[in-house]
Amino acid sequence: MKTLLAIIVLLPFCGFLLNGLFRKHGTYKSVARLACTTILSSFIASAIVFGMLSQGTTAETVKYFDFINTDSIKIPFAFQIDHLSAMFLLIITGIGFLIHLYSSAYMKDEEPQHYARYFAYLNLFIFSMLLLVLGANYIIMFIGWEGVGLCSYLLIGFWFKNDNFNYAAKKAFIMNRIGDLGFLLAIFWLIARLGNANYADVFANVHNLSQTDITAITLLLFVGAMGKSAQIPLYTWLPDAMAGPTPVSALIHAATMVTAGIYMIARSNVLYSAAEFTQHIVAIVGLTTALFSATIAIKQNDIKKVLAYSTVSQLGYMFLGLGVGAYTGAVFHVMTHAFFKALLFLGAGSVIHAMHHEQDIRKMGGLKKYLPITHITFLLGCIAISGIPPFSGFFSKDEILAAAYEKNPVYWGLGVAGAAMTAFYMFRLYATTFLGKFRGTHDQEHHLHESPAAMTIPLIVLAVLSVIGGFVGVPEVLGGKHLLGEYLSTVIIPEPHHALAHNTEYMLMGISVAVATIAILFAVSHYSKKPQLEDATGLGKVLENKWYVDELYNTIIVNPLNALGGFFKNIVEKSGIDGFVNGIGRFVNYLSRQIRLVQSGQVGGYILMMVVSVVIILFIWIHDGEIYKFLVTKLF
Amino acid sequence: MPIQYYIILSMVIFCIGIAGVLTRRNTIIIFMCIELMLNAVNLLLVAFSKMHYAASLNAPNHATVGSEGQLFVFFIMVVAAAEVSVGLAIIVMMFRNTHSVDANFLNRLKN
Repeated sequence: MKTLLAIIVLLPFCGFLLNGLFRKHGTYKSVARLACTTILSSFIASAIVFGMLSQGTTAETVKYFDFINTDSIKIPFAFQIDHLSAMFLLIITGIGFLIHLYSSAYMKDEEPQHYARYFAYLNLFIFSMLLLVLGANYIIMFIGWEGVGLCSYLLIGFWFKNDNFNYAAKKAFIMNRIGDLGFLLAIFWLIARLGNANYADVFANVHNLSQTDITAITLLLFVGAMGKSAQIPLYTWLPDAMAGPTPVSALIHAATMVTAGIYMIARSNVLYSAAEFTQHIVAIVGLTTALFSATIAIKQNDIKKVLAYSTVSQLGYMFLGLGVGAYTGAVFHVMTHAFFKALLFLGAGSVIHAMHHEQDIRKMGGLKKYLPITHITFLLGCIAISGIPPFSGFFSKDEILAAAYEKNPVYWGLGVAGAAMTAFYMFRLYATTFLGKFRGTHDQEHHLHESPAAMTIPLIVLAVLSVIGGFVGVPEVLGGKHLLGEYLSTVIIPEPHHALAHNTEYMLMGISVAVATIAILFAVSHYSKKPQLEDATGLGKVLENKWYVDELYNTIIVNPLNALGGFFKNIVEKSGIDGFVNGIGRFVNYLSRQIRLVQSGQVGGYILMMVVSVVIILFIWIHDGEIYKFLVTKLF
Repeated sequence: MPIQYYIILSMVIFCIGIAGVLTRRNTIIIFMCIELMLNAVNLLLVAFSKMHYAASLNAPNHATVGSEGQLFVFFIMVVAAAEVSVGLAIIVMMFRNTHSVDANFLNRLKN
């Protein structure tokens, strides 16, 4: 097991090193082959690990070496493999591989060395994420956590010649840093209270922590999750992260990065279950985010922006699930979301590829007949995310909503409203893109073509997964078995059995499905016939401008900080610090110029100085006792 | 004769030496002044040596008392002789090169 885990993690890293260091020597074929092979092998190894665990191999912690070893604190570099991390391994490497495969065709327009750089980053991304989910303590998780932050920065700013993209990359990085600070403080707090940060030790000692400690730690961890998983108020980086190449968006949104926060909280479920207050906060923040970003998504016209806000919204659902104690539901939704969101993003990439980097859906339309495979798979993804049975999204979303209903019916009501909006904006996107008439230029229409096989195969695989992925968690009421829940039961404390009556549960499902269906029908009928999307007015305009949140942040945080920075730069730095430092320099300069005059080159002068000095030294030597006394009595 | 006379004489000679070194520009005179200082010290050493010898006349084995001072004088004379040979050689070389024995002519220690 020890070697197997090392292989899983190190293969992508080797891919990163080879592709990164020899990026000027590789060809398109060699680079893509290397990158895909490493991830595929990693996936196979993960599948073996997954299989071993389902066959009954017990979860274990394997230690490689001491990462930090001092008297008071010992942090081992250890991996913990259990059912939760095994599942994430599969998602990361599996979806990661499909995205690699897709990228190998999608990125063909780049120069060879940038192509290699891209794949090197992609491999590093997978490596960091694997480190994050495999780490056996919060420190190792934090290494991976920072690693994915770095990779997202590198990939969002992949086209670094465009300044806007660089700003987006910086924004992502800074937003993440804010969250990371919370995470880091939580780790420090844990170490201060418990002496180490190993999961096993922390969870075994939860009862030794005071309620205040637990609440503070969980809240700080949640701040970290907010940054990484794009929750209000730290979500604005995720839509901007669309600056990166489309497969990167798929990777960030589906397999890596944003799921880190969910994973972290699901991993810490013992802590969270002990902190009721934090759970409320998590649920409320999650729900607010889900609704808020859903409203924004309704009016976006950029195909990727719609998907981005949809991700933020779905992540909100996952946090709602975590907040109401449905950890399994949240992880389940991570999985199904990974399938259909990767599918949707890759489908969007295929559309953008066909449209020659046109992302505005107002200029698309009627792509159904030009891109048949993309169309079908995209449609399946839309149905899955809208929560129509028996597609995967239905089961996971329903599980979260049922748990929310149990906690508080208001959560459920708002959640269903969000689900309706989800269905609406997804089908608005689908209808404007694929139905109706083509609205672009003739030139674009002429060049429309279905994408190559390397791009359509991942789409098909993901579409199949999106359709059937939900069957691992069929709720009991529908006569199924929650395989995923059973699988994860060793890691996640099984939730108290659903106290809902079967009738209530049928009703909840019925309502959410009915609402989603109505939203879909309305969206399709409304947008498929329209020749042109009209400009938004009133509330629509506010939504199109994302509630002006970016502007708000600019006004209350960025601009004051800039002003403060300007003040420090012009006043404190220029006249204060620079004046002081330069003053010292000038003074020393002046002094040395004066002292330089002593060195005249006149031998006589030197001898005179020597004589005078000898006389002074003799005087002091003879009279040192008296001088000392004189100094002591007169001066002190 | 009291020792003070010797001390004052050698101080005077020594100061003349210093003053000569500091003020004169002729290398040969500077050289002579250095010799003067050395000899002032020699004179003092011999004077003290005699003084100690006289003071210990009644002591049991007084025969060698104060001889160290006189021995030292020989050392100084030997060193001075060596110095003279080197110093004069330098002066000769200097005269050959510059046709002058002016010390200021050689103020090349600067820069």
